[in-house]
Amino acid sequence: MPIVVKNLTHIYMPGTPFESVALRDVNWNVEDGEFWGLIGHTGSGKSTLIQHLNGLLKPTWGEVIVDGVNISERGVNLREIRQKVGLVFQYPEHQLFEETVEKDVAFGPKNLGLPEEEVTRRVKEALELVGLKYDEIKDRSPFELSGGQMRRVAIAGVLAMKPKVLILDEPTVGLDPRGRDEILGQIVRLRERQNITVILVSHSMEDIAKLVDKIAVMHKGRMVESGTPKQVFKNYEALASIGLDIPQVTHLMIKLKNKGKDVATDVLTVEEAEAEILRAARRKGHA
Amino acid sequence: MAAEILAEGVCYQYSQSSKMALKDVDLRIRKGEFVAIIGPNGSGKSTLAKLFNGLFVPTKGRVTVDGLDTRDRENVWKIRQKVGMVFQNPDNQIVATVVEEDVAFGPENLGVPPEEIRKRVDEALEIVELKDFAQKPPHLLSGGQKQRVAIAGIIAMRPDYIIMDEPTAMLDPVGRKEVINTVKRLNREEGKTIVLITHFMEEAVEAARVIVMSEGRVVMEGSPREIFSKVGKLKAIGLDVPQVTELAHRLRGQGLAVRNDVLTIDEMVECLCPLL
Ligand SMILES: Nc1ncnc2c1ncn2[C@@H]1O[C@H](COP(=O)(O)OP(=O)(O)OP(=O)(O)O)[C@@H](O)[C@H]1O
Ligand SMILES: Nc1ncnc2c1ncn2[C@@H]1O[C@H](COP(=O)(O)OP(=O)(O)OP(=O)(O)O)[C@@H](O)[C@H]1O
Ligand SMILES: [Mg+2]
Ligand SMILES: [Mg+2]
Repeated sequence: MPIVVKNLTHIYMPGTPFESVALRDVNWNVEDGEFWGLIGHTGSGKSTLIQHLNGLLKPTWGEVIVDGVNISERGVNLREIRQKVGLVFQYPEHQLFEETVEKDVAFGPKNLGLPEEEVTRRVKEALELVGLKYDEIKDRSPFELSGGQMRRVAIAGVLAMKPKVLILDEPTVGLDPRGRDEILGQIVRLRERQNITVILVSHSMEDIAKLVDKIAVMHKGRMVESGTPKQVFKNYEALASIGLDIPQVTHLMIKLKNKGKDVATDVLTVEEAEAEILRAARRKGHA
Repeated sequence: MAAEILAEGVCYQYSQSSKMALKDVDLRIRKGEFVAIIGPNGSGKSTLAKLFNGLFVPTKGRVTVDGLDTRDRENVWKIRQKVGMVFQNPDNQIVATVVEEDVAFGPENLGVPPEEIRKRVDEALEIVELKDFAQKPPHLLSGGQKQRVAIAGIIAMRPDYIIMDEPTAMLDPVGRKEVINTVKRLNREEGKTIVLITHFMEEAVEAARVIVMSEGRVVMEGSPREIFSKVGKLKAIGLDVPQVTELAHRLRGQGLAVRNDVLTIDEMVECLCPLL
């Protein structure tokens, strides 16, 4: 299910004192099965952009084409689009509304008209995927959970819909490190198993570097760059000047290089850094 | 009377819950300290924070702020003046319909004179880089921008104790560094006590003391160097260490002679230079 964004501009509250141009002429092609990271400073337009991909927001200008269909055209069945393009919001509370966790996660699948056993099966599976125990949590109110627990329930609600395109807006905010790794790991596995497309909005350069195939960079409403992690993270100064960063280990390698050490700097993960440093140390007979 | 927040034998149980959210917590936060609290989801960090400013009172045990018991209703007002809080979800914190009024809300409640409020609000908005947004309705801001509004609010209030519950969760990397630098400056230059709850281990490294919570209890306490050198123990309870600390740990495992308590990039560079 490819998604094509063409000349997309979005202006919030046009003609009012609060008018704000959140997207300017954005062009973006998301191919089937790709794993994208979307990064950019606070207020750069990430959430605005992804809310266009399932029709929650309408372009002021330009178009969004999902699976060949221009979704802002009249007569398009948005319910169908939203079932295919699942979106986990930045604020999980905005997504939770039922009185128990079970009902909350079941809401989507129920609306799809699935039989009850299938709904329950999906709810269990989804809660498991996000690291929650079905029996322990199903009867609790989603509003009486810790911040991280709430987020997991919100993610489960979208997973239970089994979307073809999964869009996650800062899904690991508020998760503890293990929870973060578990959920991201599940998303990677889900993608491999079901070949879904994933778009991950995140401020964690480490997570982005580790996971995605391609990165798109937003700056003041424009998409200023897109490419592989190695291409994008090559240019530290440019990223820092627009509020972004590179992974800690990439910093380390650049600093070592600047000290005259013979190490590669296109290192993005702890594992890669380990291998590269061992290689360099062995050459010097230190390991 | 000691200038400190003191928790003695504190237990807390939510009324709707059958489980204790906090169990026998004993903690002392001295005035002027910079303490980070880390712990897995649901370990009781936010609950503890709300006990520190008297929003919750202990089910058992007691919490005192500069000697004032939070259970005593007469102390509530004084305690709220002393202990300011940035909540985990900025949405729950926003009270006004315009950004600058929201930032002014805290100091107004404390009875700060209007000219002084004006000055503080401008300063606070400057620090969090939201001056251009002063007249905007907060609910129209992006996630990270809302979080900055909440931080500006606490800066303008200037309480002695500043409790921040995941204040940088939605900020971009540069914004996160800026907030941490602001926090450090408030601590160093203005003597403010800082309690920083965070899931970012790189931020906890900046504190003078780290408290680790797990399942409602304080399970570890010490300097960042002490805490983060225990890589295995932290991972066992679902936490992590900064990337360079992890890297040092792995390289040691491979027989490379690096320290086991590396916390920053520069320390790591120093360690590695003789070997490469
Ligand atoms: N409902 C709204 N009405 C008016 N302006 C808005 C609205 N929502 C967002 N904006 C503005 O549009 C711009 C883009 O916001 P958006 O939420 O897309 O940013 P973001 O990149 O997701 O930021 P963050 O990383 O902080 O979540 C911001 O300047 C924001 O203030
Ligand atoms: N309003 C509530 N009613 C009932 N139980 C609650 C409520 N809020 C939190 N809890 C429970 O209390 C325990 C501690 O929650 P708390 O919010 O203090 O955790 P936390 O350490 O801040 O977690 P997180 O990192 O996810 O924010 C959890 O088991 C949680 O489910
Ligand atoms: Mg956003
Ligand atoms: Mg919390």
